[in-house]
Amino acid sequence: MLYLFYLLAAISIVSAVVVVASRSPITSVIALVVCFLSIAGHYILLNAQFLAMVHVIVYTGAILILMLFVIMLLNMNTLVEQRKPLAARLMAVVTGGMLFLVLLAATRQGLGQAPETYDAGIGLVRTIGTVLFRDYLVPFEVSSVLFLAAMAGAMMLAKKEGTDNLNLPPSSEPDERAA
Amino acid sequence: MENVITAIRVVPLEHYFFLSFLLFSIGVAGALLRRNILIVIMCLELMLNSVNLLLVALSAFRSDAGAQVLVFFIMLVAAAEVTVGLAILVQMKRNTNDVDINLLNRLKW
Repeated sequence: MLYLFYLLAAISIVSAVVVVASRSPITSVIALVVCFLSIAGHYILLNAQFLAMVHVIVYTGAILILMLFVIMLLNMNTLVEQRKPLAARLMAVVTGGMLFLVLLAATRQGLGQAPETYDAGIGLVRTIGTVLFRDYLVPFEVSSVLFLAAMAGAMMLAKKEGTDNLNLPPSSEPDERAA
Repeated sequence: MENVITAIRVVPLEHYFFLSFLLFSIGVAGALLRRNILIVIMCLELMLNSVNLLLVALSAFRSDAGAQVLVFFIMLVAAAEVTVGLAILVQMKRNTNDVDINLLNRLKW
């Protein structure tokens, strides 16, 4: 069990590093898929079954496929990304490392005592569904409005400006049905 | 389904903190390191997921289902955010024929 956790953690960390370090966007997306699948494995180990399923469906099934689709649509593999100067890259790595150390130091104490008993049924679909629809019904409904706004915003942003490309070009020939 | 083995009994909670912080730091470093907007969006997703992982671990530790509902809502918001971000990316590629983050420095100072 503990070794399974270490294996999944190693996969997560290595694939996350590949996401950041890879030169090709396709490789980054594939590495991110591997990272998210290993995180779904962590959820299953923690017995969060509902979240594991939703995670696989939403992230690897929808979001990353959307990213892959955008890469292929925009032909981004032919773009050569300019690298930042060496000082900026060094400072980025140092910033990440310092953040990691600060977070570790901040939570070194005060985790509290481990409880004697754990409720293994917390992450089941039945429990999450009951809590979601009993205590969090209004946020759940509001999130549908958020999705509607995101959908409308994405369509408005990605629409081609100037010409209305939904209109067919005006034909010079008279309509045959009218004749 | 009640007697499925759960890692929270075996794995110390500090290990989940360590893993989550490491993933978050990799995400922050990547967002600062790269200039491709798509990679930056992916690093944002990585950061959101590290926080989700820690929330699920703490939820199992405290036997509290509310944190998992919060993770569910974070996933919803992440999906909406990625949709809008990719739309901006498509529009930027169409207008400037590049996805360099340094082109979007109009609001910098």
